[in-house]
Amino acid sequence: MTSPDVIIIGAGHNAMVCAGYLAQKGRSVLIIEQSNHCGGLASTREFFPGFKASVAHTIQNFSSKVIDDLSLAKHGLDLSQSPLQTIGLSRDGECIRLDSSKDHPRVSGLDGKDEEAYAGYMARMHTFADMLKPFWLKTIPRIGSANLQDMTTFLALAAKLRLLGKDEMGEFMRIATLPIRDLMDENFENDLLKAVLSWDGLLGSKMAPRSPNATVLSVLYKMTEKDAGAPRIPVSGIDGLVMALYKSARSLGVEFKLGQPVARVLMEAGDHGVKAVGVVLADGDVIHAGKIVSGVDPKQTFIDLVGVENLEIGFTNRINRLRCDGYVAKLHLALDSLPVFAGLDSPLGRLILVSNMDSIEFAYDDAKYGGFSDTPIMELILPTLSNPDMAPEGKHILSGHVMYIPHHIKGGWTEEAHDRLYQNLIELLEHYAPGIREQIIFGELLTPKDLEHQYNLTGGHWHHAEMAIDQMFMMRPTYEAAQYATPISGLFLCGAGCHPGGGLSGAPGHNAAIEILRTKQ
Amino acid sequence: MIDPYAGERLKETHFHPRQSLLNFREAWSSWNGYKFADYYYEEEYEYFCIRNTCGTYDICPMQKYLIEGADAETMLNRMVTRDIKKLDIDRVTYVCWCTDEGRMIDDGTIFKLADDRFMLTCGSPCLAWLRKSSFGFRDIELSDISEKTAALSFQGPMTCEVLKKMGLSKIETLRPFGIMHFSFGESDQQLMVSRTGFTGDLGYELWIKPELALELWDALYAAGDDFGIHPYGESATNMARLEAGFIMPAVEFNEALKTVHYRYDQTPFELSLDWLVDFNKPHFNGRKALLEERERGPAYKLVKLDIEGNKPADEAFLYSDRKCSQEIGYVTSAMWSPVVKANIALAMVEPDYLAGDIWAEINYQKELRYHTRVSKCTIKKTPFWAPERARFTPPP
Repeated sequence: MTSPDVIIIGAGHNAMVCAGYLAQKGRSVLIIEQSNHCGGLASTREFFPGFKASVAHTIQNFSSKVIDDLSLAKHGLDLSQSPLQTIGLSRDGECIRLDSSKDHPRVSGLDGKDEEAYAGYMARMHTFADMLKPFWLKTIPRIGSANLQDMTTFLALAAKLRLLGKDEMGEFMRIATLPIRDLMDENFENDLLKAVLSWDGLLGSKMAPRSPNATVLSVLYKMTEKDAGAPRIPVSGIDGLVMALYKSARSLGVEFKLGQPVARVLMEAGDHGVKAVGVVLADGDVIHAGKIVSGVDPKQTFIDLVGVENLEIGFTNRINRLRCDGYVAKLHLALDSLPVFAGLDSPLGRLILVSNMDSIEFAYDDAKYGGFSDTPIMELILPTLSNPDMAPEGKHILSGHVMYIPHHIKGGWTEEAHDRLYQNLIELLEHYAPGIREQIIFGELLTPKDLEHQYNLTGGHWHHAEMAIDQMFMMRPTYEAAQYATPISGLFLCGAGCHPGGGLSGAPGHNAAIEILRTKQ
Repeated sequence: MIDPYAGERLKETHFHPRQSLLNFREAWSSWNGYKFADYYYEEEYEYFCIRNTCGTYDICPMQKYLIEGADAETMLNRMVTRDIKKLDIDRVTYVCWCTDEGRMIDDGTIFKLADDRFMLTCGSPCLAWLRKSSFGFRDIELSDISEKTAALSFQGPMTCEVLKKMGLSKIETLRPFGIMHFSFGESDQQLMVSRTGFTGDLGYELWIKPELALELWDALYAAGDDFGIHPYGESATNMARLEAGFIMPAVEFNEALKTVHYRYDQTPFELSLDWLVDFNKPHFNGRKALLEERERGPAYKLVKLDIEGNKPADEAFLYSDRKCSQEIGYVTSAMWSPVVKANIALAMVEPDYLAGDIWAEINYQKELRYHTRVSKCTIKKTPFWAPERARFTPPP
């Protein structure tokens, strides 16, 4: 075959976004994926005959710019269904409903005081989210760089901050790295509300309400797009997004090679050091390309695909130090009928099963020391309520994100540990939806260890690397590789391990494409 | 009685029982936590042993690491700037290694003992960097054998004769940077001899298990008795290495990993170790930064200076004019060289001024009173001292 201009390793959503932008500018692009399907964690698979699910089960901040630029609507992405309400349920039967829409943020199920505070809190958070918005879709400048583009980005950020006004700027600086618990305690009284509002800052991270770090920033990141962080399911499910990306890429001429693991990046020696010139497939085939882009997580990209002998020692050790341990397990249940949750007319919505702030903190404490909680906390949806096609007629699926479940536990993920966690979860669900145990036809629990194995993902981490302040912005994944280009000439990153990070956003793929197009070769 | 300061006391090397008897002046300092002689009797006497007869220098405190496994060569070759793939078994090579930014961490020697077995020696502990350098390689094993090896440097024109007399047959056929193995003692243990050293003269380094250290010492001193054998310490070493133009850590260069101030460390180009940096190698640590430096030019260049007069230029600043108005560099090491009968120095000079005049402002003391003298310096291209016997095989 003739050599494409660009090879992208992995067919995750960011890889397809990146490919689309490159193809729009006339680059020939070949995506090589080890599994037989596209989408990575967003891919949909049959976990039991007739029952389908994807690890990522909603979208919260997918870039509307990417949707427009790549004409995803034309290629079948239908976002006409309303966003899901977020419903907080406590163990003792308390229930609150959140509507986070930008114009009319509302919370119901509470006393008047917190309702009012909620509107004020959301207004301020929206101000901050809007201020940050342009920077999620930009390359963050190199430390110490004096080039024009980098200076412009820095100045724009400074100007945006200043335009907030002195007080708001100070307030933003104050809360940006605040433990989210402090922010909640300052604003609200109801503990369930605090827990539910913290959730989007915590999910997918190794951080608890009392961790000072990037939880508030994560909330702001998720509030970026027009749904202001409200979860949404495309009409044909998450697969609708993946297929639209695939079709868009195909229509632009992007080639796909599925079921072909890449063994390593092919290097060539030159006067200016080693250069990435192609890939070697697991079966030994070699494909050359002008540029190689990796959507694989940074640890595997550099240590396994590039090889440490081609990298600097300090750089290699910074990559090795990346914190990549996932703390979210995935529960899929095939249900015989629709479960009935106590206190809810319908389980339509995103259900967050947390009693209070302490229940999150304590679940984290267990995980921190290599265990998991007897009463885990979880977010769940019933995707079949939005897309009945996901299961046989009349049957349902429960899809749950469970926290905090470590990638490494003491004693390892034995069958016994796996089963104990599963039983804990069924116990928990039985409490909220009595009788659900009898409705289960089949249940699947994917620990981060399982996710690592099934999705070829270091640590089973959704975001490829922890979204912590030391691993974000111009330090994501580490300096010298944070602007999508890497120390290896001809090699780029485009996955969740780059700025702005994980989640179904398309932003890293978008940003990477711009840098790749900018780089002459 | 239990010594409450036991952990604080200097350790004794494997040769200490013999050396302490000969250290009449009790002139001990330390190296890597070992009790280590500055000199035993008198530094000039010991220096003349190196140049005229033979002497032993205890290199037990030097760090020694074994790097083994199928990936050992690839790992070392990525760590050091020189291409060690060219190295044959039973050969030694001088190397340096740098940070990602091309700043020199240390220099040392690599002994190729087998295709998958190397020994690295260096002045300062390096295990942490070796571990970092090994990360990501699958088949590699590191071990610190510093304490498990007794090593003695044996230098001077008579050394080959003494080793022959000691029974090391065909030692005269050993080429510079070569290694030979002998059986030693009643138990037929291995004695490794390399034709290496830090004096620029004919000399060898002897490597043996610690249990046989004293037996080796006794055999060597018995054979060397008629050849003026004498132990020498740090002071004599420092004189000899300066005449040979060899650099010293914490004198010519500040180890990069221990340097606090920005660019107060050095690059191989600044230290005139250009010949150690092999850009034909596709990758090695610091390659990109060093390539940029080669194109940009280094901030300083290490040069050998022959200075007028007889006042050693220790700690002198260098100027481009006799009036000392334009500072252009500084002296790192200086001495009156007895063997070449010249006032010599190693110095760092800004490259722009290498072609012009160089003047040293020398401060010296005469019976408690300080004086200043400005002396003209001439750059020497070759080592001050490089006798044929150091290079020839068999040594003349």
